[in-house]
Parts: sequence; C-alpha cells; structure tokens
Amino acid sequence: MDLFKVFGRNKTKSKNVAKERLKLVLVHDRSDLSPKFLEMIKGDIIRVVKEYAEIDQDALDIKFTRMKRDYDNTPVSALVANIPIIKVKDNCR
Amino acid sequence: MHGYKVVVVDTDIGLRNLDVVMGLENRIVYDIVDVVEGNCRLKQGLIRDKRFDGLYLLPAAQTKDKTAINPEQMMELISKLKEEFDYIIVDSPAGIEQGFKNSIAGADEAYIVTTPEISAVRDADRVIGLLEAHGINNPKLIINRIRYDMVKRGDMMNVEDIVDILAIDLLGIIPDDEAIVISTNKGEPVIAEEKPLSAKAYRNICNRILGKEVELLDLETNEGKLSRILKVLFNK
Repeated sequence: MDLFKVFGRNKTKSKNVAKERLKLVLVHDRSDLSPKFLEMIKGDIIRVVKEYAEIDQDALDIKFTRMKRDYDNTPVSALVANIPIIKVKDNCR
Repeated sequence: MHGYKVVVVDTDIGLRNLDVVMGLENRIVYDIVDVVEGNCRLKQGLIRDKRFDGLYLLPAAQTKDKTAINPEQMMELISKLKEEFDYIIVDSPAGIEQGFKNSIAGADEAYIVTTPEISAVRDADRVIGLLEAHGINNPKLIINRIRYDMVKRGDMMNVEDIVDILAIDLLGIIPDDEAIVISTNKGEPVIAEEKPLSAKAYRNICNRILGKEVELLDLETNEGKLSRILKVLFNK
C-alpha cells in the first residue's frame, strides 16, 4: 500500500471524485421531481410486504433512477426499491 | 454535403450567435420573429449558405427576448419547414425556461450536447428528464470538448463515465480543438476542413444521424499513439 503511495498510484483521481459527487447529486435531483409520489409508493409497498415478511423499515430505500433495461439495453426510468427482509412470516412458507 | 436540404433554426432570441458562427451575419434581413409574426414570408427569412448546397439558416432575433415566440407558433413554424426540408436542426438556448420549451415544441428527437464537467453533466441529466416529461424519449448524447490528455491522466471524466451516469445512447464525441476557435474566428465551419480531428468528429456524427454505422473517434493524437506503442514495447 505504502509502496503505491510512493509512486503516486494511490492518489484519488479527480475524475472519480467528480463521478461520485455527481452520482450523489443526481440521486437527489432525480427523486426531487416528486417526493410526495415516492412517499406514497413507499407507504404502500411497506404495507403489502409486511403481510408476508418482517422488514427493516429504517433501512428501506426507494429511489427514482435511470438505467438500461436488461434485455435490450434501452434506457428507462426505474423505481428501485431495496427492502431488507428480516424474517419471512411462518404462515407464508 | 450529402445532398439533403437542411435548415438550422437559431432559437436563442436575444443572444443570436449562429449567424456569426456560420459566417452569415452580413446577410441577415429578417429573423425568426419576423417570420412567426408574419412580417415576411418564410422564404425571405431563410439565409442560404453559399458554401454548402442545400444549407439554410433561420436566424434568431437579436433585439427581442424569448417570450417573443410561444411553443404553438414554434410548432406551426416547424411543420411549415418540414414541407421544404429533409432535416430541421433547432438550436436550443441554454436554460430550461421558455426558450427551451419553444425549441422542443416541434421536435421529433433530441440530441443533448454536454461537456465532461460535473455541472454540465448534471444539467444534461435534468434536460433528459424534462425531455421525457414532454414526450421526447431516447435523446442521444454528444460529448463536446473532450481533452484526451486530461482523460488519460484521470483528471477528466471519460466517455464511459458520462454515458454510464446519464444512461442514454451516445451519438458522438468531439475533442477540444483549437481548430474550432480558429474556424469560428473566420466564420467558416470547421467541418469543411479535411484535417482537424474535430471536423472528423462532426462528420462522424453527421453520418450516424443519417443512419450509417461509424466507429467512435479515436481521440489519441499521433503523439499519444507513439507513447502507447512505446509503453507496450517496454511492457508499461
């Protein structure tokens, strides 16, 4: 590690800093379009999933983003939900 | 140059500049506002570029502002132009206000020009969202003013970085090139020149718009290529 530092290889490249900063502001910019809409969806998703599993509500993450569709690479707007499941309810197995 | 009839519409009312860039500033009599308001016929407002057969400019007005035209008038103008021309290129002003809304009113597709800077890419992302909201889907990306030397040492976002972030299709890349400043000084479009890398970049973009498959421009200068060969020879 130190050896790399000596040769300057480990220096963070400024373009990577730009990319990371950009990604963060864009997540905000994009979801900013309709925060109310996102909150509504979030509430509904929690309600539905809770019927089947115990979820970590604090760690729940829902965002609006743009990504390439898997099968044909067409860019699409997507709602990405990351719902950490603690335990699936017994009666659902 | 390909035998098509093309008109370039400058919608940056109040900040007219396509006329000087194209070297046609001395021949302007009427402008887009005159055409829209009916002070002249459409044909009188169009300036023919004597160097390129089939190329015309509809200049912006310089003394008015963006509110001089509304999106409905713009749509009407574009549909009239469609009867005459194969391609209508509408140059949108900066910003997302009325000027932008006018420029996209009659558009079938959109090309977003950005530079590899954080503020420009952020703005591009916003514009992509607004275009989508107006029903213009799948805009294509042009990355302008790329400095290969900076990209190589990791001090400028590269093409993949930007495409990855914006998640839209790439139409082309244009290097930051002195030749553009020089040709603009003279009012002669750089694309007419054979040598400059930027001219090649513009020609490639043009061909892709016409539906031809063109490989992405290699931005490496000869010097860059030589040093890469040396690097390979000496195993880095």
